[in-house]
Amino acid sequence: MNAVASVDLQLTPTLSYLLRPADTALIHAQRLTEWCGHGPVLEEDIALSNMALDLLGQARALLAHAATVATVAGQAGQAGQACAGLDEDQLAFLRDEGQFLNFTLAELPLRKPGAHSSAPASGGDFADTVLRNFLLATWFKALWTRAVQSTDSELAGIAAKALKEARYHQQHAGDWVVRLGDGTAESARRMQAALQRAWPYTTELFAHDAVDEAAVASGLGPARRDLQADWQRDVDNTLAAAQLQAPAATPFISTGSTGLHSEHLGHVLAEMQFLQRRFPGGRW
Amino acid sequence: MSGADAAQATEWPLFEVFVRPKAGLEHKHCGSLHAADAAMAVQLAREVYTRRQEGVSLWVVKSSDVTASDPGDRDMYFDPMADKVYRHPSFYVLPQAVDHL
Repeated sequence: MNAVASVDLQLTPTLSYLLRPADTALIHAQRLTEWCGHGPVLEEDIALSNMALDLLGQARALLAHAATVATVAGQAGQAGQACAGLDEDQLAFLRDEGQFLNFTLAELPLRKPGAHSSAPASGGDFADTVLRNFLLATWFKALWTRAVQSTDSELAGIAAKALKEARYHQQHAGDWVVRLGDGTAESARRMQAALQRAWPYTTELFAHDAVDEAAVASGLGPARRDLQADWQRDVDNTLAAAQLQAPAATPFISTGSTGLHSEHLGHVLAEMQFLQRRFPGGRW
Repeated sequence: MSGADAAQATEWPLFEVFVRPKAGLEHKHCGSLHAADAAMAVQLAREVYTRRQEGVSLWVVKSSDVTASDPGDRDMYFDPMADKVYRHPSFYVLPQAVDHL
């Protein structure tokens, strides 16, 4: 069996800035895809798969752009040496866990096989799915709204297209949050429990570091902390309509966007990357 | 509880979906789906019936709000029209300008 070498990127601030939403969309899509064939009703099953495909498309566009940026940087850094061009598939399927920069929230388990008929102690509840989809779609909407003004015309173009999709995802998922939060006593209890589980991981969505700093300085895009007011307003409105209480802030900040992940991402990647690692360059 | 009542208790109501393929054309019936209410039906219709760019507008109507003709009345309702070809406007010569009417 041929071993296939992992892609090892030099993570510049620009590259990291592109990989954060790219990987968040990719891993979120991968988690939503786990519902395919298991949705609570046929129509919602299709809806979840449609949204996963939207996110996969966004990830693909961003990773293709990141691959171009990485290739150009690699060629500049190794003048005289041959530097093979990267593409989006290599970034998705041949990068190791430490180089994935998705928010931790996106990688946490959504669903346990066979667990959709009853609510397990943590995760596996449909409430977790609609809530995470809502929280991340609202974040993406805030990001794309501002990224359309990026000095990077490629990123601005991706943002303009993705904004329409994020707005719909937010409406669809937000609708579920309200229906379940303001539904029966049982659905309200489970929705509030899901909120309790997800909330500590939302702090990372607005953390600030050198990557954000550099993006603002170059005009590449907004800093995460500048997205918080928009996000908070939308989330507060929906939680109020759903009769849900936002949990108190905690000092915990998850670190997926710096490459330090929970124990769950490795399992997601093992499943997602298996084929390309076992059959390098394999195509349909 | 009758079969229909039992289904009502565990299933969302049925909606009929109408899609307008493009501006200027009429909404056409394209199928049905289950949803908790009309607002959800519009969203799910978007997912189920317009995911390949089939339309620019959606209508949904609760199936129970549709009053249909009785299949048992088919012969008295529709068969008498079979031999009334003069009801088709096919005996006029149309000017070229309205050829696509």
